[in-house]
Amino acid sequence: MSDDQDEEIILKDLDDDELVEQMQDDLYDGMTAEVSEGTQILLDRGWDANAVLTDALVEGMRIVGIDFRDGILFVPEVLQCANAMKGGMSLLRPILAESENSSSLGTYVIGTVKGDIHDIGKNLVGMMLEGAGFEVIDLGINNPVENYLEAIDKHKPAILGMSALLTTTMPYMGVVIEEFDKRGILKELPVMVGGAPLNQEFADAINAHTYGRDAAMTAELAKVIVGKNR
Amino acid sequence: MVKALPRTLIIACGALAKEILHLKKMLGSAGGSIDLQCLPANYHNRPDKIIPGLEKIIASKGSSYERILIGYGDCGTGGQLDTFIKNNKNLLRLPGAHCYAFYAGLNEFDALMEEELGSFFLTDYLVQFFDTLIIKGFGIDRYPDLKDMYFANYKRVVYLAQSENEDLQARAQAAADTLGLDYEYRFTGYGELAFTIETFSISENANV
Ligand code: B12
Repeated sequence: MSDDQDEEIILKDLDDDELVEQMQDDLYDGMTAEVSEGTQILLDRGWDANAVLTDALVEGMRIVGIDFRDGILFVPEVLQCANAMKGGMSLLRPILAESENSSSLGTYVIGTVKGDIHDIGKNLVGMMLEGAGFEVIDLGINNPVENYLEAIDKHKPAILGMSALLTTTMPYMGVVIEEFDKRGILKELPVMVGGAPLNQEFADAINAHTYGRDAAMTAELAKVIVGKNR
Repeated sequence: MVKALPRTLIIACGALAKEILHLKKMLGSAGGSIDLQCLPANYHNRPDKIIPGLEKIIASKGSSYERILIGYGDCGTGGQLDTFIKNNKNLLRLPGAHCYAFYAGLNEFDALMEEELGSFFLTDYLVQFFDTLIIKGFGIDRYPDLKDMYFANYKRVVYLAQSENEDLQARAQAAADTLGLDYEYRFTGYGELAFTIETFSISENANV
């Protein structure tokens, strides 16, 4: 990395490509004000809000995710990055909501399962899904099957996601899926599962549609599920 | 003639070292056949490192022992530690999902969670290293705002104490204050850690 740390970079002097790259760096460093400033500059230059989201913010967060997985970044740093991304997104959200052509990929209901109150990973997944174009309904933590059923009724999601961080709460995901199956919901509703103690084998064993290893991967897989990718 | 007890290795989380050494001492001659080797306590936050760490030690010195006690609960391995134990001979692990459960007692731990899901548990070890592991380890010193991101869903700190130590109690109370949570104290002693090691050390086979 460069030694000229204190040489200040004037964001608005950068051309588009340089600015996008700089924003990804700033996001990586958790610099909320700079990421927001960059977002505004791109919008002022006439960039489409969707393109700002995808090229600068989502791509930046994808890189963060890779370094987190490889043990280069740790939870506190990732949370700073997430805050920086949130800053940028808060500028984009109203524009995206208004624009005619921001076709939502559908609703994604997500929640941490009953007995578990870990929510950092779930929140990151929710943010990346929103970045990918889903309308995200976050049920929060400690959700019994009734909450998921109610949300399915109310929001008619395209996909439902469950998160668990404790070995003792992961089996509950199987309970929820079984209940969906009993009610004939499972045939129509793809269920994604994730959380650090899970793996593909476990997801298969409980009959989940898809296992999401991390937030970026989950967003990609979700797009594939709704048929909006490659 | 008294038959010699089988040579036993305990491979444990570094956070249990002090307690296990104390138990070994209390067991007197039965403790003499036990050797302890620890993995770094910070594997706690990287459960994917636990099994590779165990494999390395077992490969290098496992053959000198007749049986090995894994000084871990499941600890977030998602059941993979149990599969590992099943696939290897003469291995056994501590009961329960994690140290909070085997210190409190499995049923008692469930009852505490039932009573208040928003409980954050401290042990002697965690109280002692609260600043290093929680405040610095989770970056709360550098980014104070993170405190709420981590603990917004929590209501109380429950100190599951292994020893009766007023200094630690004061520090646990201070930790709760720092997190802005209620404080509760439960003396547990070594709980099922003591029971498992005692039974293991006097039995003649691994299947205690
Ligand atoms: C941060 C953390 C906490 C924070 C939680 C803050 C919060 N608001 O969530 C705090 C400090 C409060 C905490 C508390 C506890 N924790 Co904790 N915690 C962790 C830790 C270190 C990291 C989890 C995390 O946030 N990772 C960062 C995120 C980004 O990663 P992630 O969650 O895996 O999510 C990614 C993927 O899994 C995936 N994903 C996640 N969800 C979903 C959902 C879907 C649908 C999909 C597709 C994908 C997906 O995408 C995410 C983003 O890339 C883990 C250890 C670990 N490395 O897993 C222990 C861990 C989970 N905790 C553990 C324990 C024991 C506890 C406590 C009991 C400890 C205590 N002293 O009381 C309490 C819980 C008490 C209670 N009442 O439940 C154990 C669980 C052990 C077990 N047997 O299961 C672990 C494994 C640590 C350990 N080895 O002991 N914890």
